[in-house]
Amino acid sequence: MSSPSYQKDKVVRIINSVIEKVSLSKEQEHVAVYHQLKELQAIIEQARSEIGLARPADIKDKHIPTATDELDAIIEATATATGSIMDACEAIEEKAATMPGDCADQVSAEVTKIYEACSFQDITGQRITKVVSTLKTIEEKVDSLIRILGDDHHGGATSHGGGDDGDQREGDAALLNGPQLAGQGVSQEEIDRLLSEFD
Amino acid sequence: MAVDKNMNILIVDDYTTMLRIIKNLLKQLEFNNVDEATDGSMALEKIKNKTYGLVISDWNMEPMTGLELLKQVRGSNDNFKNVPFIMVTAESKTENVVAAKQAGVNNYIVKPFNAETLKMKIASVLGDF
Repeated sequence: MSSPSYQKDKVVRIINSVIEKVSLSKEQEHVAVYHQLKELQAIIEQARSEIGLARPADIKDKHIPTATDELDAIIEATATATGSIMDACEAIEEKAATMPGDCADQVSAEVTKIYEACSFQDITGQRITKVVSTLKTIEEKVDSLIRILGDDHHGGATSHGGGDDGDQREGDAALLNGPQLAGQGVSQEEIDRLLSEFD
Repeated sequence: MAVDKNMNILIVDDYTTMLRIIKNLLKQLEFNNVDEATDGSMALEKIKNKTYGLVISDWNMEPMTGLELLKQVRGSNDNFKNVPFIMVTAESKTENVVAAKQAGVNNYIVKPFNAETLKMKIASVLGDF
């Protein structure tokens, strides 16, 4: 009976019919208008009910907070682990300082590789922070949907299409989009070439 | 002119891991006078109160970004106005590099980077060491 598009064509047809009948202003047409409005009401209620079944309140109150917490936990765990790795590296470097020259250099070179690898924590942290930010935006949208539908449904209808998902930031703030995914940013070599053009 | 390994260097990043990585890499390069700040405003306070020979800053920090820090430094009338400034950031789009350059950055390192890149960029700003 229902369709995913909430019987949009039928709603439009009924509205057009109502407008036509109201403009005629004939007494007997008012009954027909009433019936058509009731039909419209039923469609809207059905759509509300279907959205309610999707449990938007659960999405807002449970799923998104859970996902956000999990991601925060990843950041915390990787930070702790990286800290431990670096503690160990610093201890190794101290020991290496007491070793014979060549040996100390080799150990130091390997420790440097570990330091370099530890920067993964910064990059993954920034990526996860971006995901958390996106989840918060979804949470706000779901919250506004719930408010539109009313508390009684914890969900409901409307195809309220006025989304404002476009990036509203301006100026310097609009430049903050990193870390870039593969293929989106430019390489260090490209950056060097770009900078040299200013000289 | 030889690079003074005793110069004060300020590193700015909101990730303590990155501060630690850069500090350790600088230590391996024998730069031992390294101060840390976790955002632009904290860095600016330090810059106002101490003479630095080099600032190495992340971009994406709150409340003050590395770009804003750079602009404030370059826009000031104080003697720190021309302090060498290297941006170390995950922001790797062309417009970012251009904006940083226009704001007066001396060099730009994209994360993740290695020790050799850091050394080369410092050398390009301060001279070989």
